[in-house]
Amino acid sequence: MGATALFDRRGWLWFLGIGLVLVVGVPLLNALPVTSPLHIPNYLVPLFGKYSCYALLALSLDLVWGYAGILSLGHGAFFALGGYAMGMYLMRQIGARGVYANAQLPDFMVFLNWKELPWYWYGFDHFALAAAMVLLVPGLLAFIFGWFAFRSRVTGVYLSIITQALTYALLLVFFRNDTGFGGNNGLTDFKEILGFDIQSAGTRRGLYIASIVALGLGFLLCRAIVSSKLGRVLLALRDAESRVRFLGYSVAYTKLFVFTVSACIAGIAGALYVPQVGIINPSEFSPANSIEIAIWVAVGGRGTLIGAVIGAVAVNLMKTWLTGSLPELWLFALGGLFVVMTLLFPKGVIGMMAQWRARRRPPPAAVVPEPTS
Amino acid sequence: MSVAATQAPGPAPDSLLYLDGVTVSFDGFKALNNLSLVVGKGELRCIIGPNGAGKTTMMDVITGKTRPDSGAVFFGGNTDLTRLDEAQIANLGIGRKFQRPTVFENLTVFENLELAQKNQRGTFKVLFSTLPETQRKGIRATLETIGLADRETARAGALSHGQKQWLEIGMLLIQDQQLLLLDEPVAGMTDHETEATAKLFLSLAGERTLVVVEHDMEFVRSLAARVTVLHEGSVLAEGTIDYVQAHPDVIEVYLGR
Repeated sequence: MGATALFDRRGWLWFLGIGLVLVVGVPLLNALPVTSPLHIPNYLVPLFGKYSCYALLALSLDLVWGYAGILSLGHGAFFALGGYAMGMYLMRQIGARGVYANAQLPDFMVFLNWKELPWYWYGFDHFALAAAMVLLVPGLLAFIFGWFAFRSRVTGVYLSIITQALTYALLLVFFRNDTGFGGNNGLTDFKEILGFDIQSAGTRRGLYIASIVALGLGFLLCRAIVSSKLGRVLLALRDAESRVRFLGYSVAYTKLFVFTVSACIAGIAGALYVPQVGIINPSEFSPANSIEIAIWVAVGGRGTLIGAVIGAVAVNLMKTWLTGSLPELWLFALGGLFVVMTLLFPKGVIGMMAQWRARRRPPPAAVVPEPTS
Repeated sequence: MSVAATQAPGPAPDSLLYLDGVTVSFDGFKALNNLSLVVGKGELRCIIGPNGAGKTTMMDVITGKTRPDSGAVFFGGNTDLTRLDEAQIANLGIGRKFQRPTVFENLTVFENLELAQKNQRGTFKVLFSTLPETQRKGIRATLETIGLADRETARAGALSHGQKQWLEIGMLLIQDQQLLLLDEPVAGMTDHETEATAKLFLSLAGERTLVVVEHDMEFVRSLAARVTVLHEGSVLAEGTIDYVQAHPDVIEVYLGR
């Protein structure tokens, strides 16, 4: 899997060019004086950061759905678990600055009359442990879930339903005050991340840049997987699963591998999301959230990676705009968009663009195949 | 072979495949009824029989797709296939061509062969695998054999029915399997293609073992092989094509329509 296998020269130029604009350009424009016409206002930076986290989440779903044909409608759970791991770290950073000024316990535990920190909160004041948990918790859950689901050959709509049940079950667990994650209200009122004020413009820029870099690396990782021979096995099992078995590949382990990698990526997306929106609560586990992720991927064009990114950003731009100006219309617009895209452009925005390009260009002259030895 | 002997080995020392009293029932219907069958090493064997005789079920049992209710299937002497899953059986050296050609439609012809090529199958081995020139040459050679050299970069889904059949046969060849199970390999082929297929199979026999399920009696005749007639899940007759065609029971259930 060399670097040249991921993109051709032009692909690398595009990738690095867009990456540079996003990583350097946006923060620079944000740093311009407010009077400048090119100034990007402060509130947009975390918004872009949020989109970038959504894009990374969509990417993780596209890896399993677009390539391996596993329609997970529970990817929101992995996202939320990564988010909670980060949220726990941020809660511990509050220290004695909470409403109850208790350095030992987070506010909600004081409120619930808890006397000591539950064991599973130990160590979360260390960023390294929290960062490890961001990967480990979603990854492990996906591994255990996948181990049973894929070895029992649960596929198609049945698998989708179980993933919905999984995220719903977690929703219920996290809703309970006794679980120890802040119940209904979740974790919020964060002050600092790695010693930086979480509200300051500089920290926001830093988090935004981290999100873009994570998106870029996630894209490269997914790209590396799908352009490897394993990526072709994924496409093969999406189309003819039993044939792959008769060729001697383990379908269960192949699926387990991408599902676990995908869950880890979703966890990272969640961990970067939480400090930028300032809260994580159980609503992130809601089944509807996970379905929305699938809509982003479908709108962008599944099985293309870049389509997932485009879909996530486009749908969320629309969401930001509509929920601001016509909030009662948003769900109808989302549903309508999904129906229209599925009926007219089943391959999403990417497929739509390919169609237009093919129509504008005359069909290429018959390609002479290279002589075989 | 890593799988230990669990029972007494099969009858003849030179037998490759030995089905011993295999019974499979679906909701009370016996698809296979105490079926016993021996296929020798390097043999070319044709299996015929009317619809529902159990031909495809037999292949399902050998390749691990269906577990029999009773009986055993021995491969290479003492490996009981009924204890293994599809992938393990494939890695022992048994390849299968389906009744309906199943190739990976969204991959190119070349990529189809790449995935089938005999190689390491572990998930991480596959992730980090590269395609050395020797393997590339192997794929090109197979493309020549199956007459698809000029369709190397075509999507497999764009091939004609006959070409898909050939591609699937090519995938079996490059998989380098000892035993090839071929379910209706010439269905949908032109006469010319059928002839070429017969020639290919005859050239493979001896080196490999082939079990061919076929309806096309012309084709079976051109293979000049030992024929087993299945009926209601067990062997009705076995012998040369002339012998079974003259067999009164066979005429009654199958040929004398």
